[in-house]
Amino acid sequence: MINKFYNNLIVQSIFLMSILIIMGLFIPNWLVFVITKAIAYGLVALGIVTLMRGGLVSFGQGFVFAIGGYTAGLLGTQAGLTDAILLLFISFLFTGFVGLIIGPLLARYRDIFFAMLSLAFSMVLYGVLIKIDAIGGSDGFVLPESTYFGILPSTEYADYMLYLVSIILSGIVSILLRYYYNSTPGLIALAVRENELRVEYLGASAFTVTVLNFTIAAGLGGMGGALNGIALGHIDPEFSYWTTSGEFVFISILAGYLSVPAVFLAALLLELVRSFSGRYFPDTWQLILGVFLILSIIYIPTGIGSFFKKFMDKLNKKKNK
Amino acid sequence: MKIFRQFLIVVSSILISLFSVFGTASADDHKGFKLGVVTFLSGPGAEPFGVPAWNGGKLFIDLLNAGKAPAPYNKVGFGGMKITAIPIDENGGATKQVQEFRNLVQRDNVDAVLGYVSSGDCMAIPSVADELQALTVLYDCGTPRVFEDASYKYVFRTAAHAAMDNIAIAKYLISKGYDVSSIAGINQNYSWGKDSWKDFSVSIKKLSPNSTVENELFPKLFSGQFGTEISALINSKAKVVHSSLWGGDLQSFILQAKPRGLFKRTQVVFSAGDHVMPGLGNKYPEGVIVGARGQYGMMAPDTALNRWFYKVYMDKYGVFPAQPPYRMVQGLMGLKMAIEKAMENNGGKKPNKDQIATAFNGLEWEAPGGLVQMKLGNGHQAIQPHAIGKTAKDKDGNITITDIVRYNATCVNPPNGIKATDWIEAGFPGAVCNK
Repeated sequence: MINKFYNNLIVQSIFLMSILIIMGLFIPNWLVFVITKAIAYGLVALGIVTLMRGGLVSFGQGFVFAIGGYTAGLLGTQAGLTDAILLLFISFLFTGFVGLIIGPLLARYRDIFFAMLSLAFSMVLYGVLIKIDAIGGSDGFVLPESTYFGILPSTEYADYMLYLVSIILSGIVSILLRYYYNSTPGLIALAVRENELRVEYLGASAFTVTVLNFTIAAGLGGMGGALNGIALGHIDPEFSYWTTSGEFVFISILAGYLSVPAVFLAALLLELVRSFSGRYFPDTWQLILGVFLILSIIYIPTGIGSFFKKFMDKLNKKKNK
Repeated sequence: MKIFRQFLIVVSSILISLFSVFGTASADDHKGFKLGVVTFLSGPGAEPFGVPAWNGGKLFIDLLNAGKAPAPYNKVGFGGMKITAIPIDENGGATKQVQEFRNLVQRDNVDAVLGYVSSGDCMAIPSVADELQALTVLYDCGTPRVFEDASYKYVFRTAAHAAMDNIAIAKYLISKGYDVSSIAGINQNYSWGKDSWKDFSVSIKKLSPNSTVENELFPKLFSGQFGTEISALINSKAKVVHSSLWGGDLQSFILQAKPRGLFKRTQVVFSAGDHVMPGLGNKYPEGVIVGARGQYGMMAPDTALNRWFYKVYMDKYGVFPAQPPYRMVQGLMGLKMAIEKAMENNGGKKPNKDQIATAFNGLEWEAPGGLVQMKLGNGHQAIQPHAIGKTAKDKDGNITITDIVRYNATCVNPPNGIKATDWIEAGFPGAVCNK
């Protein structure tokens, strides 16, 4: 039963990924870029969703987002490492490691205290980054063009290459996360959300699970930051600013914690609305974006993921009959 | 399921409306010239800078499309091609601007992008512009480093960089006999503020070696609150306070510092101070030394072209034009001249971006603020004549600028190939100042 579920999941994921990869050849360049950027944001929001399953919301995911971005950027400019896949992987490991170090400190707090402490971390990093002139201060710096296995793609294909990498990456991450969510620690996280005390009495450690979740969230955030930096070709301390963190929280609320693909869809939706409102309403784009945020919170408080889940449940019911 | 349906309706209506707008936009024919214009339309940079700049630009583009500008700008649009402008808000930081820039180039297929007030954006955009091979005109931003630290094929800056503003102010202070024995500075904590302060303080040191630096303050860009900084400046012994603040920051600083007597106590100099005068009116302090980043507004030269521009702007908007509209119009004129030159070389057909870039290189044109010459950065960076003056009340009690000193472009700009800071350190070799 379980194995069948995962087999199905993997087949479905590969099917979806191949459709997206083929689609990427035919859609215009700007959309390829927007999807890449949505995946970057989606990865970070997935980290928040992972924390949300354990009942925590981080208002400071910009912290790991910036660390990931700067890791990739500095490796690119200082060490001459330009391989996109390698940069993404190193950023993931490094920020995950950072998460593992500060995780135990944060994991002792809950609710608003956790949120505010994570926010504090991101704002401290922001303050530090704008003061360091050697890495551009508040201007940030430009990243070198990225290569893939030692090959520098031509301008027409550079965007598509990164798109390809990010589609495959997000596919793998999505599958692994579904494994994790359905594993023992993943399910304990849900129990922690419901009743932490009872979980402790049953012999499981809420602390360990929270640290684990935080580490995963940090790694994903770092990878998202690196991807965003590589895609844009520019990094600045805004990555760590609280408004950036706020966007991630919004994406994860819009997506809900029930479905993994919903997170990427929510990120894409936000990215599209923002970019089109900026283009067609240059004077009032913030207003359009704000109305969109309010509407989506009023009409879909449980997130886009809840539709996915309802749909899948219905499908399963029909099958069982 | 009811909620689901509602959600679907909301999402699909958003998408349909977006794509319908997009569909009509992409169906435009390519006979005209599509120009992306990026400037501050929201936030603290908008009201005093981005919006008046775009007002000037919009007005000039309309006049060009109607063929109503004076010679040599009397051809319709750009060489007969009607200009379609797509305005984009510059607010939101460099990373967001890189994305907006990509959207303009890849989604809207603009023929050129003209924009960028913030130096931070000007540091981020050029490498993307060259990567996407998109013709880009930086019309305002100040940091000298854009073409000093790198070179770009498709990027041009049609206004002088900030070194000129600060060198000229230093020269003005010395030649007018102000006491510069100790100086202080309040500048925003990013490339524009830091470079401005460095150029000014080193210039003063060079011209008056005994002068000392009392305070160097770097508040965050657009922080809007300067209470502690003003206290520090009031308590400091500095004889001259230099500031390159601009936009909402400059307005706030003036309104917060004036009641505390800073302008009476010390000699304040604003390197880009004129552009908040239309908004502040008579609240602007007297006795402040101001630059306008060129001969603009109240310090503009008395030429037919300037009289024409001053009048059309004044008639349309009811306030006098300060530096922002002058600079955008200067950029548009340069782009127009480059396109028309390239068109001529191309046998009257619409030139491609490489042909325009070649024509732009080293171009010279007469703008309302004087002759603009693309002389630095191997023909990609403009120099222009400059003017510095001092605010005073005229006989009706209105704030105006008097005591104006004009500087040749070659007097306050480094020669090609020498970095501004090196030129200042070396004591301005080769400067041609005929007075």
